[in-house]
Amino acid sequence: MATYEEIEQTREDTAVSPTPRRRNGRELIIEGLILASGVSVIIIITLIFLFLLKEGLPAFTSQPISTFWGRRWYPIEETYGLLPLLAGSLLVTVGAVVIAVPLGLTTAVYLGEFAPDWLREILKPLIEVLAGIPSIVLGFLGWVALAPLIQNMGAPTGLTAFTGSLILAYMALPTIISITEDALYAVPKEYRDGSLAIGATHWQTVWRVVLPAARSGIVIAIMLGVGRAIGETMAVMLVTGNAANIPELGLGMMFQPIRTMTATIAAEMGEVAQGSTHYSVLFAIGIVLFIITFLVNSLATRLIGGRPKQRGAQL
Amino acid sequence: MQKKHSPIQSYPDWQKPTHLENQTWQAVKIIFILLLAFLLLGGCNGRAATTLTTPSTSRAIQNKGSDTMVNIALAWAEAYREVDPSVSIAVTGGGSGTGIAALINGTVDMANASRAMKESELEEARANGIEPVEHVVAIDALAVIVHPDNPVSALTIPQLSAIYTGRITNWQEVGGRDAPIVLLSRETNSGTHVYFLEEVVRQGDSKSKEIFAPQTMLMPSSVGITSELRRNPNAIGYDGLGYVDPAHEKVVAVAEDENSPFIYPTLEAASSGEYPLARDLYLYTAGEPQGVIAEYLHWILGPAGQQIVANLGFVPLPGD
Repeated sequence: MATYEEIEQTREDTAVSPTPRRRNGRELIIEGLILASGVSVIIIITLIFLFLLKEGLPAFTSQPISTFWGRRWYPIEETYGLLPLLAGSLLVTVGAVVIAVPLGLTTAVYLGEFAPDWLREILKPLIEVLAGIPSIVLGFLGWVALAPLIQNMGAPTGLTAFTGSLILAYMALPTIISITEDALYAVPKEYRDGSLAIGATHWQTVWRVVLPAARSGIVIAIMLGVGRAIGETMAVMLVTGNAANIPELGLGMMFQPIRTMTATIAAEMGEVAQGSTHYSVLFAIGIVLFIITFLVNSLATRLIGGRPKQRGAQL
Repeated sequence: MQKKHSPIQSYPDWQKPTHLENQTWQAVKIIFILLLAFLLLGGCNGRAATTLTTPSTSRAIQNKGSDTMVNIALAWAEAYREVDPSVSIAVTGGGSGTGIAALINGTVDMANASRAMKESELEEARANGIEPVEHVVAIDALAVIVHPDNPVSALTIPQLSAIYTGRITNWQEVGGRDAPIVLLSRETNSGTHVYFLEEVVRQGDSKSKEIFAPQTMLMPSSVGITSELRRNPNAIGYDGLGYVDPAHEKVVAVAEDENSPFIYPTLEAASSGEYPLARDLYLYTAGEPQGVIAEYLHWILGPAGQQIVANLGFVPLPGD
């Protein structure tokens, strides 16, 4: 019998140059089209970034950098301190992650490993429907239903960072759950069999074998969920109160109104005259957002730790 | 282990020529359909845009700006359809700043503004080759409103200034309950915001550099303020008189200072100038109004247009 290497060799030979088959124009066209669409993505991203730089950089040259380090954001008086906006975005996003990640992961583990089939058949599609709800509808729900609830809990107003975090967490949950569940599903059956065969319990298998094997998929799930949270605008704008305020550190921190970077761009873009300082400062906020997302993505790639060798562990 | 065998199993399948050919064809078809769809969509857009812009130069008026004025502007536009059905008027809100920016950028014919244009905005407009012309079309009284359960019913402008700059943070300090004050304001692109900043926060002192306290919540619309105010007993806000519903919000009487009388914002007090927070509402046109725009403006300033102003709770211009 032939060795594995020999078989692999034959397979590759046939795959690369199928003996009688013509490598005709049709294939070349398709390859060209695929290449073009791949390259176009890179070109579009580069153009977007260049556009952001072109519109946003004048902000840094016309204003001293210290302007942006201020604690007040009041653009009609040319006060462009970004700290309150950064603090607002950070608070809402971190809050959303703290709520959504544990909830999402446990739900996915239950669905993927413990839930009986009939229950999974009901829950999975429902969670996917949840992902399809437009964010503005969730924002409206937050404004009408959630905010009064939080106000009744004793906050001075219901429009707080916490309200925003809850809505964002709700928005990120479906993404986190379904991708994590897919990642768990992709773990090869041999891993579970092996673990159970050496006497591990179901729970030990899930905790020590399946979850670590699905690690990269889970990190992607969290990153996609967080990505949705950072970029979300309209819903957050409705429920966070839009006060460009740096919350005082402490327990009440989450229960104060804040203003995020995305909401600021959305709320003020309509009013600015093109080419004014305020206009370029708004684009500069866009650059800051771009850089933050880029850092988060690089961190995620670092966490996954390169390409996993086992295909099963990938998505 | 399993991986070693899998290539052998998939091998025969891989070689089947018909299988591969089908797939290739399918891919080609899909790509062509996508390309076609893109081309068609692109074509549609182009044509739609041209058909829309041609008539707008003759019989359509683009009108944008102040949220305070959006209801009046809509009512005017609706009533004017019966006066001259051949003119179509598109009205959008967004705030005075938004309307003025659109006028500067040349995307609208008329901008509604609840504040006068700033010198810097006039310069920007001139730089774009547009000479804005100002028309006062109505008067609005700005009402300071609180939750109906709030015992406070009268405030002076210095007190309002202290509240909105954050020097007073508890209702107790102005004769109310022991509760924190929640500040509500319109967004910075709103003319009402700028008017309130100049006349109340800065108390009409043009040299003052005071601004709203950072914890002020900037609401995207007039309705945003009233709906938060209705459910929050500690909130204070301001809105154009036309937006206030006395059944759900309590209107506070305002005095110029401690020695002046407290006045409620009524139509009479606003048009006589007695009420301290009354202001003009403006319509800006790009250059002296011509053709349909001039006719429309003339109608607005006439009795029919001013009757609509009064019907909506705003103050009509004093008649000649």
